[in-house]
Amino acid sequence: MFQKIWEQHEVVAETPDTPAVLYVDRHLIHEVTSPQAFTVLRERGLAMRRPERTLATIDHSSPTRSDQIFGGVPIAIESAALQIAQLQRNCADFGVELLDLKSDQRGIVHIIGPEFGFTQPGQTIVCGDSHTSTHGAFGALAFGIGTTEVGHVLATQCLLQRRPRTFAITVDGALAAGVTAKDLILSIIGEIGIGGGTGYVLEYRGTVMRSLSMEERMTVCNMSIEAGARAGMIAPDETTYRYLKSRPRSPQGAAWERALSRWRCLPSDTDAAFDRELRLDGGKLEPMITYGTNPGMVIAVSGTIPERRNDPVFDKALAYMGLTAGAPIGGQPVNVVFIGSCTNGRLSDLRSAAQLLRGHKIARGVRALVVPGSQQVKKAAEAEGLDRIFIDAGAEWRESGCSMCIGMNGDTVGSGQYSISTSNRNFEGRQGPGARTLLASPLTAAASAVRGRVTDPRDFLNG
Amino acid sequence: MEPIREIHSRTVVLPFTNIDTDQIIPARFLRTTARDGLGRQLFADWRYGADGSIKPEFALNRAEAAGCAVLVAGRNFGCGSSREHAPWALLDYGFRAVISTEIADIFRSNSLKNGLLPIEVDEPTGRWLLEHPGAEVAIDLDTTTLRLPDGRAVRFPIEGFARYCLLNGVDELGFLLARQAEIAAYEQGAAP
Ligand code: SF4
Repeated sequence: MFQKIWEQHEVVAETPDTPAVLYVDRHLIHEVTSPQAFTVLRERGLAMRRPERTLATIDHSSPTRSDQIFGGVPIAIESAALQIAQLQRNCADFGVELLDLKSDQRGIVHIIGPEFGFTQPGQTIVCGDSHTSTHGAFGALAFGIGTTEVGHVLATQCLLQRRPRTFAITVDGALAAGVTAKDLILSIIGEIGIGGGTGYVLEYRGTVMRSLSMEERMTVCNMSIEAGARAGMIAPDETTYRYLKSRPRSPQGAAWERALSRWRCLPSDTDAAFDRELRLDGGKLEPMITYGTNPGMVIAVSGTIPERRNDPVFDKALAYMGLTAGAPIGGQPVNVVFIGSCTNGRLSDLRSAAQLLRGHKIARGVRALVVPGSQQVKKAAEAEGLDRIFIDAGAEWRESGCSMCIGMNGDTVGSGQYSISTSNRNFEGRQGPGARTLLASPLTAAASAVRGRVTDPRDFLNG
Repeated sequence: MEPIREIHSRTVVLPFTNIDTDQIIPARFLRTTARDGLGRQLFADWRYGADGSIKPEFALNRAEAAGCAVLVAGRNFGCGSSREHAPWALLDYGFRAVISTEIADIFRSNSLKNGLLPIEVDEPTGRWLLEHPGAEVAIDLDTTTLRLPDGRAVRFPIEGFARYCLLNGVDELGFLLARQAEIAAYEQGAAP
């Protein structure tokens, strides 16, 4: 699949001396990594080559408080307000469609692309954001780029790229109850390590991947970068087409039929060769949680933190986390629970957390923040009454955005506090200086919110 | 961009693996629309205490680190986000090269586009460098060799076109803009 997409997008093939000139079908931009690229265009007097192939949104710096978006209250952080204003100006000046602050289509860039039907199989999709790998769930070649490259796409709709190697990850069997797509990808990262995918495009295969919904597939592909891989892909199938049918930007009528016949040609042959392969038994996987300062430092929620092993980096991570080698992670008190992000901020994620929380209260002293991934997700969740379940349980229900995944908008975790988070990075300070992040699924986060301690969600499922 | 050929410098060592871009430049400093002046915030949470005081024990804050243009770090340097602010901050601080046994993909690509050399070395060389902070090294981009103080010369891989651009001060955007005819032809034929 990867080879086919790559070859279809080579404007100029690569040679030993020069990388390929690769055509970009779809380009997503947000306020943080695009301003300096527009500056380059202005400095050099360049126009955008194909503005209609770029879609902009506001997510990283945006407030999640309704009054700062809809109520006329100024955005609390001045630099954030300036960055947002700059994106608005850039989009207006260069003719880029912007899902603006008040748009009901706005949201986290990797949630709105698919939701809008902007993301489609067989395409090349890039964004100045490493979690662009998310869009690979549709059988697209999607990867994160830097700001200089954002400028290249704006000006030429192309990138200079060397062809990466391919890595097949096959997960067969079936996931047990309480084990989610998040646990699956955390297990894969634990297996290959956070640099294990460097230089590769991952292709996820096997019966477990086939059985996942599109939203779950996006969770898996989203975290490919956490294994070092710029892109992760899953071949499109009926699940993909069902999701795409009747999205606002999906092809319609005869164009839909033509697109379908193109998409059906994408999947790799069953005996396609990969540069590297890994097989996992999906039936053996468990709910997972991180204990350290990168997503590869991960164990089962029911497990124990590894023993010390004369590794200063491991010791440094545990010291930062304030956790003890050899101790169980279950029962560790938590201060903050964050449910959201481009990894787990979709409707099905909110449903699974709400299902567990229904009829329960969040433990005293625990702050729980639920941030839908997009305004569409928010609307759909409210239509089902999920917002009431969260609010009744004692959680805060916010407008969409990246929020506490990265803390750029002021939604942060205090120094030394433990946060169980459905996001994707537990790096030092990711959720705020000194914050201690434990990554887990929405189910595990919800279960831990109720008990105020790290809790295996299966405790709730079994009665 | 200014052409780059040789770098001679002592090294500063950060002996940790998996140094991610959130350490190189924390996200709260990304609310900027400029690319200058980020050096002050490089490794901010490792360099400064919560009250802004300087942490004297951190490698970059030691007297001997002043003026060093080469950073040596453990495996998988630059993992995490695609923020180009990471190489911008390193360059603004004064670094010209980063040496590790493995450098994350997006960070490497961003570095090459800004004239920060991402240099990957074999395990023994990496270990030697980690164990010898302050070593006087010479990097020659033309011959792609790293010379250690004991005279050892180690070759390092670097993508050929990026090397050509760096050596000659060629800008990749200019190269792409010169391909407009091919791009137009491609758009005629394909691109649904
Ligand atoms: S939710 Fe987090 S990881 Fe996703 S795009 Fe936003 S900041 Fe990045």
